[in-house]
Amino acid sequence: MTTTTPGPPALRTAVGTARTRVEGREKVTGTARYAGEIPFADLAHGWLVLSPITRGRIRDIDTAPVLAMPGVLTVLHHGNAPRLYTDYVGMLGTPPDPAAVVFQHDKVPFAGWPVALVVAETPEEAREAAETLAVTYDREPHSTVLTADDPDAYPAAGFMPAATEKGDLQGRLASSAVVVDEEYTTPEEQHSMMEPHAATARWEGGRLEVVDSNQGAGWVQSELATLFSLDASSVRVRSEHIGGGFGSKGLRAHQVSAVMAATALRRPVRVVLTRRQTFSLAGYRSPTTQRVRLGADADGRLRALDHRSLNQTSTVYEFVEPSAGVARVLYDADAHRTANHVVRLDVPSPTWMRAPGEAPGSFAIESALDELAERAGIDPVELRLRNEPETGPVSGLPFSSNNLAACLREGARRFGWADRDPRPGIRYDGRWLLGTGMAAASFGAGAMPSTALVTAEASGSYTVRIAAADIGTGARTALTLIAADALETTPERVHVRIGDSDFGPAMIAGGSMGTRSWAWAVTAAATELRERLAVTQDIPPEGITVRSDTTEALGALAQKERHSFGAQFAEVAVDTSSGEIRVRRMLGIFAAGRIVNPLTARNQLVGGMTWGISMALHEEAVRDRNTGRHYSPDLAGYHVATHADVPDIEADWVDDHDPDDPIGIKGVGEIGIVGAAAAVANAVWHATGVRHRNLPIRPDRVLAAAALPPSDSGPADA
Amino acid sequence: MKEFDYRRAQDVTGAVALLAAAADARFLGGGTNLVDLMKSGVERPDLLVDVRELPLDRVESTADGGLRIGATVTNSDLAAHPDVRRRYPALTQAVLAGASGQLRNMATVGGNLLQRTRCGYFTDVSGPCNKRVPGSGCPAVAGEHHNHAVLGASGHCVAVHPSDMGVALTAFDAQVRYETLDGPGEVPLTDLYLPVGDTPHRETTLPPGALITHITLPPAPLAAHSRYRKVRERASYAFAIGSVAAALDMKDGQVREARLALGAVASRPWRARAAETVLTGAPATGETFAAAADAELAAAAPLPDNGYKVTLMRNLMVSVLTELAEGDAR
Repeated sequence: MTTTTPGPPALRTAVGTARTRVEGREKVTGTARYAGEIPFADLAHGWLVLSPITRGRIRDIDTAPVLAMPGVLTVLHHGNAPRLYTDYVGMLGTPPDPAAVVFQHDKVPFAGWPVALVVAETPEEAREAAETLAVTYDREPHSTVLTADDPDAYPAAGFMPAATEKGDLQGRLASSAVVVDEEYTTPEEQHSMMEPHAATARWEGGRLEVVDSNQGAGWVQSELATLFSLDASSVRVRSEHIGGGFGSKGLRAHQVSAVMAATALRRPVRVVLTRRQTFSLAGYRSPTTQRVRLGADADGRLRALDHRSLNQTSTVYEFVEPSAGVARVLYDADAHRTANHVVRLDVPSPTWMRAPGEAPGSFAIESALDELAERAGIDPVELRLRNEPETGPVSGLPFSSNNLAACLREGARRFGWADRDPRPGIRYDGRWLLGTGMAAASFGAGAMPSTALVTAEASGSYTVRIAAADIGTGARTALTLIAADALETTPERVHVRIGDSDFGPAMIAGGSMGTRSWAWAVTAAATELRERLAVTQDIPPEGITVRSDTTEALGALAQKERHSFGAQFAEVAVDTSSGEIRVRRMLGIFAAGRIVNPLTARNQLVGGMTWGISMALHEEAVRDRNTGRHYSPDLAGYHVATHADVPDIEADWVDDHDPDDPIGIKGVGEIGIVGAAAAVANAVWHATGVRHRNLPIRPDRVLAAAALPPSDSGPADA
Repeated sequence: MKEFDYRRAQDVTGAVALLAAAADARFLGGGTNLVDLMKSGVERPDLLVDVRELPLDRVESTADGGLRIGATVTNSDLAAHPDVRRRYPALTQAVLAGASGQLRNMATVGGNLLQRTRCGYFTDVSGPCNKRVPGSGCPAVAGEHHNHAVLGASGHCVAVHPSDMGVALTAFDAQVRYETLDGPGEVPLTDLYLPVGDTPHRETTLPPGALITHITLPPAPLAAHSRYRKVRERASYAFAIGSVAAALDMKDGQVREARLALGAVASRPWRARAAETVLTGAPATGETFAAAADAELAAAAPLPDNGYKVTLMRNLMVSVLTELAEGDAR
C-alpha cells in the first residue's frame, strides 16, 4: 500500500493495516445496544396495522373496541393523524416515499400499506390490539405482475439519464458477424438485513429526539424536520449501531408513526417493524426484465450494444432500478443504446438495494457477454479485455483510474482460468457436472459533501465527531484509522463518535460513498487541527476543535468517470437429476481504490459475493398471482444463502487509487455483488450447456432445462 | 399477543389431565413450531402444558431388537444415538438434514411428528386457508404451490408435511404410542395422519387430548442398509422440496425386501408401497428402480407449477436405490 499524503515514515501507518472493529467487543458480548433495545422510562409501544387488501380505500376503522382493550393508549389513523408537509425534495434528491408518510388519506395503493398505529403500554398489548382492530375496505381491481411488454411502461431517469443512444443500432446489428439477442429476468429481492427497523421518539427539553436504526442520522433528521414542519435544530436523530441496512434504512413508516404517537401522547413511543412488515414497508429490489442485444465482429469486438431494462414501481412513488446503466461504463460500441423503463403497479415502493442497477444489470449484460463469447468462440476473459473502453462509452470522459484489465488478468491467473476447456457439459464428479464462469464488474466511486469535527483533547487524545453511520461495514474503525494518520497519531488515541445528527451534515452510508465522503471531511479537519496544534501548545480544558466542510472541495473536482472495477470467477457443481447447484469456489479480484482496513474491506467484498451467490441461486420474494400479496414473507420463505451455500470464497484486490481523493479511496460497499450472479450463471452454463436467463436458478428450473432436448440450449423458463 | 397460561407437567397422567381441564390447551415440546405459530396468530391457546420434563427422554433397545424412543428425546440426541446411527442410519441422516443445530437441540421427537405445514397461506392469518379456517378456501391451488403436494392431496388442501424425521420413521414401520385420560393407545405412523379429503383441518387420528409418549421401531435388519436424501432450495436450513428414505435387502442381485418413503410430496410422510411391491423379488437394476418409481408416481396429480416434483422424485428414488444397490454390491 502506498500513501498519497506526505508524512514522517514512522507515522501515517494505520490506513492499510488490518484492524478488528473498535466496537467489536461490545457487539460480540451483547453490550452494544440497538435501537429496539435501548431502555427509556415511561416507554409506550406502537404496532403498525397493515392493509391486507391490494388496492382500494379504507371505509371504516372501528377503534372503540380496541381502545377499551388492556393497556391501549391510542389508535392513530388517517382520520386523526396530523397532516404532514410532503411537497419537498430531500437531501438525496428524492421526495419522501408516501409509504413512510403515514395516515394522510384513505387510499390503499398496495398490500401491506400502513393504515393505523395502535399504541399500548407493552408491545404484547399493542400487537394484540393491532391484530384485533377491525378495518373495512372498499376493494378495487389491482395489477401486480411485471411483464416485459407492459404498454404502460415509460422511460424514467432516477439518478441518471433514462436513455442514451449513439450510432446506427439496427445497421450495426445487421452487419455484425455474431449477434446475441436475449431476455433476462431477475425477481423481487428483499434486503433481509439482520436487524429490522426500529425507532423510539420522544420530546425532551423542547426537542424531538429519535433513536433509530438508519443509514444516515442527519438524513432522517432533515426528513422528519421537514415532514413535521419543525426547525431542523429542534430535531435530533441518533443511530449508534445498525444491524445492516443495504439501502433500506432511510425514512420509513416506523419513525414517522413513532413521532406522531410521541407527540400525541407526550411520552416516548417505540415502533419496531416485524420481519413480515419489512417486506412491504422497507423497500426492496424491483424485479427486472431486461433485453440485451449485442453485435460483434468475428474477433469479438463489439459493434452494437443495446440494453433495455424495465422495473416496477408503486403507483405513489417512482423508483428506477437503473440496470441498463452498467453498460454505460463497461462496454463501448459504435452503436450503443441503453434505456431504463419503469411501470407503475399496485405494489410497494422499491428502493436502493446493494448495487442498485449494477446488481441485476450486470447479471443481464455479463450473461450476454458470455453468450457472445460462446457464439464467437472466444475466451470470456479475452472477450472483455478486447472490449475495454478507453474513455466513458457514453460520456467520453476519461476514467479517474480503470484497472479492470488488471483484475481480469490477476483473477484469471489465481483461479487457474488458463486451463479451462471451454466446452460445456463434459466434466463430471460423480452425479455432479462441473463448470466455471466469470464476469466483469463496475460500480460508481463518488463522494458527497460532509462535515466533521475533530477535537484535540487536553488529555492528549483526539475526538472525531461526524454524522456517519456504521451499518456493519466497519466505518467507525475505518474513520479511526483515517483520523490517526491525518493527525499523525496512533488509532488508540482517536475516539470516533458517529450516528448523531447533532454532529452536522454528512453523507449517508450508501452508494459506496460513505467512507470516502467522511474520510475526506475527517482528513480535512484533522489536517487543519494538526497545523493549529503546531503553533499552539496549550490545549484548554474544552479542547481545540476544528470543523471541516468538503462541499467546496468536491465542487472543484474535475468531471471524470470514477468507478471501482472487479472480476468475478466461480466454479459450480450441478446435479441435473435433482436440480441442485453448489458453488464450489469463488474468487473476486477488485480495483476499488485504496483499501483503508483490509479486514473489514474483505468482509464487505466477500459479503457482496455471498449475496451474489444468493441472488443467483436462492433469493426471490414471491407474490400470490391472484391477491398480489406476498407469499410467505419471512426468512423461512425467503431464502438467503446459508453458510453451507458459501464455499471456498476469496476476495482480494489489485493496486488502485483515485488520484483526486486525498486518501485515494473509492469504496467497497457494493462492487462485491456486481457480476457475482452472472459468474455463477455462466458457470452453470459451462457445467450443463444450458443457459439460465431467469434468476434464481432454482432446482425446478434446472430440472426443466434438463428435460429439454440436448441440442436446445434455449431459455429455461420454467 | 393473546395472554396464555403455562404449566409444567410432572408426569404423563398429570400432563394429560392438565390439558383436558383447559378449554384450548396445547402440549409444548421444544416449541420450535408452536411458538412461531403463536407469534403469527395461527395458534391461540389459553394454556401451554410443558412436557419437556416428563421422563420420556430415553432411547432404549427393545427385547425384540427394535428401538423405543421417548417423545421428548431431542432431535439432536436421536440423531446422535449409537443404536440409531448403526441400526437405522437413514433416521440419523433424516434428522440431521432438518432445521439447524440450534433447532434440533430444542425440537422433540413427538413434536416433530405433530408439527404443522409451512404452507405460506396456512401461516398468513390475514388470508383464507381451509386447514386454519375450515371452509375458507385454499388459495394455493390457483396461487403459489411451487412446493406443494403431488400425492394424496385434494382440492381443499395441497399442503405438505414438513418433517424429515417422519419420512425415515415411516419407512421403518414406526408405531406411535400415546396416553389419554382413558389409558394408553398405539397407532402405526402410517395411520397417524388422516387423508386430506375435505377436512384438512383434521390432521391426525389421535384421540382428543392424547399425548405422544413413545415411538417404537420394530427390528428391521435391512434398515442398517438405509439412506436418506433430501433436496432443498439451498444447501442447509430449508424444508425439503423432495426427499427419499430407502432401505434395501438384496441377495444375488435380487431385491428381497425394500422400504421406501417420500417426503415433501403429500400431507404426510408418504410410504411408497406401490414401489415396494415392484421392487420386492425383482432384479436390483436401474430398470426395476425406474419401474418402481413410476408405479408410485402413477397416482401423482401435480398442479401447474409443481410438476417438477414428479421428475425430481422419480430421479431421487432411482438415484438412492442405485446407491444402495451399488453399495451392497461392493
